[in-house]
Amino acid sequence: MTQLTAPHIDYQGMAPLFALLGGSIVVLLASLLRSRFVHRTLVPALTVITLGAAIGLSIWNWEPGDTKPIVEGALAVDTLSLGISIVCYVAGIATVFLSLRSLALRTAGGGEYFTLMLGSIAGMNVLASAENLVVLFIGLELLSIPLYVLCATEMRKRVSLEAGLKYLVIGSVGSGTLLYGLAFVYGATGATDFSAISSAIGDKVSATDPMLLTGIALAATGLAFKCSIAPFHTWTPDVYQGAPTPVTAFMAVATKAAAFAVFLRLFVEAFPDVQPTWSNALAALAMVTIIVGNAAAIPQRSLKRILAWSGVAQAGYILTGVIVATQIGLQAMAFYIAVYLVMNMAAFAVVIARERVSPAGDDISSFEGLGRADPWLALPLTIAMLGLAGFPATAGFIGKFYLLRAAIDGGWDWLAIFIVIGSVISLGYYLKVVAAVWLGPTTVAVQPADGAAMRRLARVGGWSPEAEGRAQPEVLAVAVIMGAAVIVFGIVPSPLLNAAGDVGTALQNIFA
Amino acid sequence: MTIHLSLIIFLPLLAGFIALVMPARWAASFATAGAFVTLAYVLIALFRFKSGQGLQFVTDDDWIKELGIHYRLGVDGLNLWLIVTTAFLWVPITVIAAVRDWDRPRLFFFNLMLAETAILGVFCAQDLALFVLFFDLTLVPFYFLIGAWGGENRVQATTKFVIYTLAGSLLMLAGAVALGVLATPPEGQISFSFADLSQRSLPAGTQNWIFLLFAAAFLVKAPAFPLHGWVPDTYRATPIPVLIGLSAVLSKLGVYGFVRVVLPLLPDASVHFQEAMMLIAIVSILYGSALAFSQDETRLVVGYSSIAQLGFIILGIFSLDPKGVGGAVFQMVNHALVVAPLFLVIAVLANRVPAGNSRLSAMGGLATRAPVLVALLLIATLATLAMPGSGNFAGELLILFGAFNTKFVYGLVATAGVALASVYMIRFFQRAMHGREGAGVQSRDILPVGPDLATITPLIAVIVALGVCPQIVLSKLDAGPQAKPSEQVAQR
Repeated sequence: MTQLTAPHIDYQGMAPLFALLGGSIVVLLASLLRSRFVHRTLVPALTVITLGAAIGLSIWNWEPGDTKPIVEGALAVDTLSLGISIVCYVAGIATVFLSLRSLALRTAGGGEYFTLMLGSIAGMNVLASAENLVVLFIGLELLSIPLYVLCATEMRKRVSLEAGLKYLVIGSVGSGTLLYGLAFVYGATGATDFSAISSAIGDKVSATDPMLLTGIALAATGLAFKCSIAPFHTWTPDVYQGAPTPVTAFMAVATKAAAFAVFLRLFVEAFPDVQPTWSNALAALAMVTIIVGNAAAIPQRSLKRILAWSGVAQAGYILTGVIVATQIGLQAMAFYIAVYLVMNMAAFAVVIARERVSPAGDDISSFEGLGRADPWLALPLTIAMLGLAGFPATAGFIGKFYLLRAAIDGGWDWLAIFIVIGSVISLGYYLKVVAAVWLGPTTVAVQPADGAAMRRLARVGGWSPEAEGRAQPEVLAVAVIMGAAVIVFGIVPSPLLNAAGDVGTALQNIFA
Repeated sequence: MTIHLSLIIFLPLLAGFIALVMPARWAASFATAGAFVTLAYVLIALFRFKSGQGLQFVTDDDWIKELGIHYRLGVDGLNLWLIVTTAFLWVPITVIAAVRDWDRPRLFFFNLMLAETAILGVFCAQDLALFVLFFDLTLVPFYFLIGAWGGENRVQATTKFVIYTLAGSLLMLAGAVALGVLATPPEGQISFSFADLSQRSLPAGTQNWIFLLFAAAFLVKAPAFPLHGWVPDTYRATPIPVLIGLSAVLSKLGVYGFVRVVLPLLPDASVHFQEAMMLIAIVSILYGSALAFSQDETRLVVGYSSIAQLGFIILGIFSLDPKGVGGAVFQMVNHALVVAPLFLVIAVLANRVPAGNSRLSAMGGLATRAPVLVALLLIATLATLAMPGSGNFAGELLILFGAFNTKFVYGLVATAGVALASVYMIRFFQRAMHGREGAGVQSRDILPVGPDLATITPLIAVIVALGVCPQIVLSKLDAGPQAKPSEQVAQR
């Protein structure tokens, strides 16, 4: 009789994950209490505490250059997984603040809403540290399923339900494709651990084996769905627009971060010998993504759709880090993801603040003259747009600089030129927003002061009846903090660059 | 007292910040004071500058170590006078801006001072990445200045301007990163500092495509012939103080970039593309002159004449001859100095012919009514057309020397361009000042009003001084190490 041995559990390495899962249960249970205080204050506070604890525990585990396999090598605790997870936690905290007064929170019930969010973040954590095909898939589903629900939390709104359903259907197709691909890879190599797959390729199975290549292609497709890489991006604008805006903000940043982490880890750790093949294919995808995303964003009028398409284009830029698959590429990708977080959060926070009070919702017309009416909202939005466009003195400039360096360093000169051309096209819509904010018509509907008019406005907009003008200090705070961070990291990028440099040491067998 | 270049760069921004946070009615005063203080500090630096000693007042810190970007500033014979000119011109710019009324004055003056900081940053930068950063940063204030305070079609104009120039700048960003990365020797540390980069070399083929990326940025900014599409809209819509900054100083960033970055770091490519660039320069001269001659809008006369003038500068640079490059740098200063009073006079004329919309056809006959103004304009006009005895004459002569030395035919054609300048400038002067009095001309006072006179006169005085004694500038001007890529290539 064979003796079963349970895998050794490294409590330190798994501490952030335990914190997240434990926190989500506590949040769910706490929300059973019916007091107003619990719902309004305690539940969000517990969520923030959970995420804060996860950040702390991640920093505790932070050891550059050291990969610690845990649970028999199923998960890896290294700077890549920790760094990307921290990005997701920060996005989560920002989302809590952005959600506080949202309609979604009231219709879904605070406890469920935040529990789902924490569950999704736990999925991101698992995904970013996956070292095994099965774990990868579990992580992806744990990430996705709560998000499908979160997209549909504004239950009385058609678009929200539609977004949830659309995301569910397309996301499932993506997951199915990924699973199919993983099965092919397993079939070809007979292994599920990334390292075992890597050693099987070239040994048991040749690097040009059709079954293996099919598997890799399908896996790449599945992950491309999650990262919204063209031509698998078609769900992005509709879902981003329809979902409650805080959920959109969360999805735009955190999902993408985790998906890119696993993208890189899977391809670099499991398929290093096939790199010439997949990097060329991915480069073609990146090229298409950059052009499609930027070109499609130009005619949009809804700011959420603009940000969605811009997210598609930015995914094309970030993909460069995977394509070059060098240490610098990994560092550049990590840095850009962190920068992408602050820029997008700043922009989405302003969108949330505006759409709650403006009858035009997130249409660009509700941002016209914002520079005059409310500079504190206008500045973060402007900074975010200039940052996304890659203007200097913003973190976006340094991020783009880093990515270009990675691309040229890896021998992908023409991809660097493509990133630049994409950035030029992107000016067409980023500057459109800036122009609306600062240069628009000078007759501004300055927000009426009396409460009755505010409520009427809010009703016309169909948004939270609680939202009243500037009575959203938490949203304003997120916008201002994130906007300031874009500038600060643009001028003093070294702390973030150091962290990104640490992340770069994570993958041992990365090329050169 | 040691000179801190960071102070020169960031003093204007500091003044801008103060203007931003103080009550609106003080904004103009703080900005003007900032411009004066900066100029004073720059003048101290000018007097302490010792010619022939290479890079001085160097600030060198690691800024972003991971990316090899240094915060490295310095002044040498190449950028000294451009820095002085910028600081000098920003005084009249802020003064005439201060006497006008602006909507949201705090933001206006903040942007105006940010523009000065960015431009001085480009001139002082001794690191390629820093250079690119400041170069792109100039667009932010100009975008808002034109878009929020401009004239007709301002949003359209500013969008066009920024997309044109940023398209070039982003290509340059790729070129700069490529230059830094590809020049890094194996096992070497990546660095973007000019000093390090000039020690390293690139294969000729790589230089060529990087050259094209840089040329795109610099030719758009100049503007030179095929890439000048943004000029008419922008020159029409930009408010006068901003337009002076744009035409006099901002347009020099591109040609300065050629001398600072392209010639020393891409010597093979500079030789390879020499004839192409000289051809662009010649076409710009002829095309700009022809358009300047046919414009009715005074701003565009000067705008298109700038294309021609910058054509001369590009010609001098790509003569790849020390005389020609030196003349080109001198001409950058001269052009900046003559453009400023021209636009100031145009602003005065626009006030006197309010219905004319600064069109030439509505002007005329002002000479008898405003003799002082006419005299001032005449000097600026003669300087622009490079009358012997003006700084421009010395500059263009040096440029033509350089061109004749290396490519005789181009020199010959360019000489015709000198004659064309007199055609369009004299037409401008005649139509505005002489002939029958235009229908809408109102000229009650003989003298131009105080602030206008106070800003135009010193500029004209400097032009005259430079004409009489160009040695003031030339003695401290030295494009030497930059100027000889052909020798660099020969040495290999």
